[in-house]
Amino acid sequence: MVDLINALLVTVLVLNLFTLGTSRLHSVIRIVAAQGALLGVITLLMHEHPTFPILLSAAAAVLIKGIVIPAVMLRSLRSAEIKREVEPFIGFLPSIILGAVATATVLLFSQAFSPHGNGMPSLIIPASISTVLVGFIIIVSRYKAITQVLGYLVLENGIYIFGALLVEAIPLVVEMGMLLDLFVGVFVISIITNNINRAFSSMDTRRLASLKE
Amino acid sequence: MIDALVHVLLLFALPPLLLGVIGKVKAFFAGRRGPPLLQAYRDIAKLLRKLSVFSETTTWVFRAGPIVTLVAIALAGFLVPFGAPSAPISFAGDMILFAYLFALSRFFTTAAALDSGSAFEGMGAAREATFACLSEPALFFVFLALSKQTLSLSLADMLGASSGTLSAAAMAPLVLLCLGLFLVILAETCRIPVDDPATHLELTMIHEAMILDHSGPLLGLIEYSASMKLLVLESLFLSLVMPFRSGVAWIDWALFALESLALAAAIGVVESVMARLRMRRVPYLLTGALLLGGSGFILLVR
Repeated sequence: MVDLINALLVTVLVLNLFTLGTSRLHSVIRIVAAQGALLGVITLLMHEHPTFPILLSAAAAVLIKGIVIPAVMLRSLRSAEIKREVEPFIGFLPSIILGAVATATVLLFSQAFSPHGNGMPSLIIPASISTVLVGFIIIVSRYKAITQVLGYLVLENGIYIFGALLVEAIPLVVEMGMLLDLFVGVFVISIITNNINRAFSSMDTRRLASLKE
Repeated sequence: MIDALVHVLLLFALPPLLLGVIGKVKAFFAGRRGPPLLQAYRDIAKLLRKLSVFSETTTWVFRAGPIVTLVAIALAGFLVPFGAPSAPISFAGDMILFAYLFALSRFFTTAAALDSGSAFEGMGAAREATFACLSEPALFFVFLALSKQTLSLSLADMLGASSGTLSAAAMAPLVLLCLGLFLVILAETCRIPVDDPATHLELTMIHEAMILDHSGPLLGLIEYSASMKLLVLESLFLSLVMPFRSGVAWIDWALFALESLALAAAIGVVESVMARLRMRRVPYLLTGALLLGGSGFILLVR
């Protein structure tokens, strides 16, 4: 089971690289959604005897990250009428390489912080940290508001992987609160991006620096 | 002895059938009936019966190109196991020979293309060489990871023994290596996200642009060695993802033939559902393959 989870975590890392390298926003949203749903599955697999909080947490991850959030984002994408991130601050190829270097570095040093608990997959902490880093790279390197939201989602996925280790320890309320925050955050930002788009006729966050009535 | 014979038989008889399967799958997705499965054999036989036309500006390099390519690919085919635990030729370090036999075939294909003096063929040669710079290291990373895992430097041991040593413990790196290798296969055999084998637009061709001036038997040899290259690369991939072997030689060979046809069908599906990448973005894909192979290696050695 541990090996299967490790393989799934590697898939999460591969999806990270895809997120960095894809310019079509539709694809990026779907990739991030698939990543979120995969995390739900990983949480479920990690515990041999799933208790109610674990089941709820996994189901909420699959539902909210895999279905609701992408639906909201695709909707706002449709109304904003944009299809791709045209010229990011850091190009696609450099950002893939940056992400891969970050992932590789984390993996190289991962021996230092592999979980000592019994039967925990060895990749879980490196996967978590490198997903967080990739989320940062996306947030920093993209101009479109909606891509920055996607970066935020990837970042949250990384934190969620870490949280999967501690489902027993963290109260269910905290977990659910995080997911609710995330959902509300995406919901609000989707509305805001629409308004940005209407006011500035573009979703480029650089334009937000200029004043407008 | 019989092992070697069956290996040779598979290596020389099976490849055009793979092209037939890919063609059928693509035709199915397009809602057509498509050419018969054995069409590639007929095409090659037809080309072999024809006369060749040579431009006056070409030298012996142009004629040697397709022949050297075929010989190099066939030699590379002897180094990899086809379902059996061993390959006809095997020695420590033959993975280097394998990679550079591919490089040799590429060198002669590009040299023949440049020899024709046509601008389009020069363009195709430049592209092929550029993309090869990225796909070759990706292949080497896969080999490195495999030899690290099996503690062996010969391809037959690395691939044939994979059923035992590349077990569940190495599943995470294996996912990365398989993805990387699949991208390498698509790039090396000029399949759709990288190159379109059926294109008729010279400006976007890669492999097809290099063979524009070849005709008759030489063109037949080129088509044949392209399909053989597909089989050889598929055998690498298959011994990674299909570790199940029965141990009975005949069943394993049959299994290998079936698996390679299935993989050809998978390539056909990829070709049908994906659009071809813009030329500028092809290096991204290949860098991705390189990074996947590299990460797999790092996962294994850490």
